[in-house]
Amino acid sequence: MKSRHKDRGLLAWVALLFAALISSPTFAETLHRERSLYRDITVEQNGDRRCLVFNVRRGDRNQTCVDVSDPDRLVFSYTRMTFAGLLLRPDPERILIAGLGGGSIPLTLSDMYPEAQIDVVEIDQAVVNVAKDYFFFEENDNMKVSVIDARIFIKRAGLADRKYDYIVLDAFTGDYIPEHLLTREFLEEVKQIMAPDSVLVANTFSSSRLYDHESVTYQRVFNEFFNFRLPTSGNRIIIVQLDPLPPRGQLVSAAQRIAERMEKYGIPLLEYPARLSTRVDWDMSSRLLTDQYSPANLLRDN
Amino acid sequence: MGKKVNKPQARSLPKNVIIGMAFVSGFCIMTVEMLGARIMSPYFGGSLLVWGSVITIFMLALAFGYLIGGRLSIRNPNAVTYAMFFIAAAVFCLPVILFADFIMEPIFIAVEDPRYGSLLASVILYFVPTSILGMISPYSVRLLVETQEHSGHMAGQLFFVSTLGSAAGTLGTSFYFVLWFEVNQILWGSIVALIAAGCIILLVNYLLNASTAKSRVQRYEKQT
Repeated sequence: MKSRHKDRGLLAWVALLFAALISSPTFAETLHRERSLYRDITVEQNGDRRCLVFNVRRGDRNQTCVDVSDPDRLVFSYTRMTFAGLLLRPDPERILIAGLGGGSIPLTLSDMYPEAQIDVVEIDQAVVNVAKDYFFFEENDNMKVSVIDARIFIKRAGLADRKYDYIVLDAFTGDYIPEHLLTREFLEEVKQIMAPDSVLVANTFSSSRLYDHESVTYQRVFNEFFNFRLPTSGNRIIIVQLDPLPPRGQLVSAAQRIAERMEKYGIPLLEYPARLSTRVDWDMSSRLLTDQYSPANLLRDN
Repeated sequence: MGKKVNKPQARSLPKNVIIGMAFVSGFCIMTVEMLGARIMSPYFGGSLLVWGSVITIFMLALAFGYLIGGRLSIRNPNAVTYAMFFIAAAVFCLPVILFADFIMEPIFIAVEDPRYGSLLASVILYFVPTSILGMISPYSVRLLVETQEHSGHMAGQLFFVSTLGSAAGTLGTSFYFVLWFEVNQILWGSIVALIAAGCIILLVNYLLNASTAKSRVQRYEKQT
């Protein structure tokens, strides 16, 4: 009798421990796992937060997260930062996004601008499938995904003389950098699909020597760009336009005009104008990245 | 003693020279191959399919080269032909530097699918120089072999060294050269190395024949 009582006590402890494990905020449930041609893809859910993780074993890098109870809200600081380009071009009609990830950037732009034509380029069909199955991404009449290398897509768009008003380059996973998307020649090709008032927003690296090399390369191709960094994010966003960059006052008034529309997504647009800088804070003697010289994956580790 | 194989004309090249040159050819094959995908990435992207095209064409070109090189070694194997393989391979690497864009641009426009585009571009850019480099191995074996018995031993040594060269070329290019040099500079380096190899063979051959001729003349003079 006594021993049975003891057993029941133990059982209660186990149950308690189990409950604690499940409700613990660090317990992530794996919803999906697959190995694609390019990477290992994992979808994890932790409470309301669902994340797309690439190459788990090499140090968990969250590619995109959504809050499933409030999917409109953008979880990552860098994702929100890519919308700072709207300060220069508040009403884009033709949008190109290179790199789908979990699809939060295209979904947000499509929600903001339902009339805009949005082309998304993603090299990995598996990422497209996962974005649709787990991250609420959907193609529609105005938003199409092409499964192709971004360089090829952009070169063909240039040959067909297509222009985009708003271009987001977000093709870098934390793990492997497509070296042919960092070069001067590639940026020249991007230039071909921009009108004078088009805006290019590039999510790039803020640490390592690559920061200097990328900065030098963008500077060579575009002369001047807005450098956008926040203490809350390890990313650096480059914002570029072929026309001269607008003065800060113009950015502030643009922010005031459209900030309200951004609230729903959690984008603090009013804070951004003060953070856009044209100050050179990189080593100008760094070597330019070209199709002839682009060892980005080696430079990152040095 | 094993059965003598017909000895090549004049005095044959020293074994060490042939083995050394096999290292150079193995090195250059893999240097060009490693850069092959990089050169095509602006037109066909950087994904696995481009590697697939490059490796397929290199394998086919080498296979073809082995066949032809073996054939050419049957009759009158000689050092001058051997040297010409190196020099010809160098010359046919030049279009990769000089006309790569000129060749890839129309292919990019004409062929929508990057798989077949990159395959076609690989054929045009890499097939000829790689098959010439492939001819070097069987021809080297022929120059080295004096008896049937040690033919396997010689072939083993040769493939050992040329494959070590390939490993060194792969590692050097992908780890270091791309960090220090531009793609075309590395290709120029390979071309210079191949031409230098050809010239060394010609020079060694010339010196050997000169000394043979001299000793023959001396022997003739003694006799008379």
